[in-house]
Amino acid sequence: MTDTSGSVLAASALRKEYGKGAALVRAVDDVSLEVAQGESVAIVGPSGCGKSTLLYLLGGLERPTAGTLQLAQRQLEQMPEAGLARLRRRALGFVFQAFHLVDELNALENVELPALLAGASPRKARERATDLLEQVGLEDRAEHLPSALSGGQRQRVAIARALANGPAVVLADEPTGNLDSAATTDVLRLFEQLHADGQTLVVVTHDERIAATADRLITMRDGRFVDETKLTGGTQRTVTEIAGLDG
Amino acid sequence: MPQPSELRDTEPLNGYQLRVVREVLLALLAAEPSHGYQLRARLALALGPLAGALNDGQVYVTLNRLEKAGLVASERVGQADKPDRRVYELTPAGRHQVTDWLEDTSWPKPAPAEFHLKLVAAAAAGLADPVGIVNQQRRALLVGLAQAQRAALAEPDASVAALLLEGVVLRLQADLRWLEACARYWNKAKERR
Repeated sequence: MTDTSGSVLAASALRKEYGKGAALVRAVDDVSLEVAQGESVAIVGPSGCGKSTLLYLLGGLERPTAGTLQLAQRQLEQMPEAGLARLRRRALGFVFQAFHLVDELNALENVELPALLAGASPRKARERATDLLEQVGLEDRAEHLPSALSGGQRQRVAIARALANGPAVVLADEPTGNLDSAATTDVLRLFEQLHADGQTLVVVTHDERIAATADRLITMRDGRFVDETKLTGGTQRTVTEIAGLDG
Repeated sequence: MPQPSELRDTEPLNGYQLRVVREVLLALLAAEPSHGYQLRARLALALGPLAGALNDGQVYVTLNRLEKAGLVASERVGQADKPDRRVYELTPAGRHQVTDWLEDTSWPKPAPAEFHLKLVAAAAAGLADPVGIVNQQRRALLVGLAQAQRAALAEPDASVAALLLEGVVLRLQADLRWLEACARYWNKAKERR
């Protein structure tokens, strides 16, 4: 096996098949990925390219047909369901396009829920949730139900919730898919800030604007990784040149 | 398909003027020696309705200039019942120039026509894999988009400069979407071959 000691998340030759015989579909086809501590990785591709399935595999929400997966130094592929659920709660934070907040709970209660489920004391969970809401700029919305929040605010609550247990990796699936331009900017700023604070992030999206804030952008087509671009480091052009103001 | 000559009087679509027929002609010649009319026809086919932007004499004038610059060489070939025609071929210096052009990822500002022709020419000449060129271009645009996006995020709320940067980002995104279509097309073209 390759040395994956430096990576938080390491997938090797992952495959996910649906159907049988002539109807067999390889949604994810021989994908290998290593994500280093503190790294931000974006996986982009058109809808149907398998990127969401891949994220579900990486998050242990679905089991791969073949391949190995390591998260926070633990092998996932053979792990029993109960252990996997515990590991997911402790080591992962999820952000979805449709927010998936609990409608009956206010913002603060939504954010503290994962910590309570993981066995934190109510007081600890509340403190942590209060800090997180402040971090996403919504301390004054703590008592609001999701229905009283805008789309961008709901997604910021969902991001705060994803951070509740100090996850090794945050996995996000089209986090700005339902948001307008201004709300997208807020969420992008938040992701940038998390990244600057050392949070490991994996985002799948078809929107290059989100992908643009990552260290590394991987392109997926027909279930496979087909290209990779490093977006930080290296020689860069000036923004003036990019904007076409250089005459 | 309408003949390019029928389109001569229509106004070329704004912003689609072809500034760089030069490298395109060189690349088309990299496949095989050709005469002016052949080159003209291949350009017209690649450009479709936008071929109206190309004036009739342009190919011949450009070939002449390329010859003076030592990038192509020509030879007069006789034809039965017709006037002689001039067949052009690429010189080593011309071949070098084509290679440089194919590797260049600076984005043509007014229109994607040059890039489109680069792919058509690369495929025709078998000089480079069009999908490889698309991927290379895509990487360059993504790096640019990342920089513009970061610059936009760094602007304070209500910054007017952020608006310009948003425009830059959105244009790059549109370009990237088109490159995705290019990758699809040329991938399929590879399978057909």
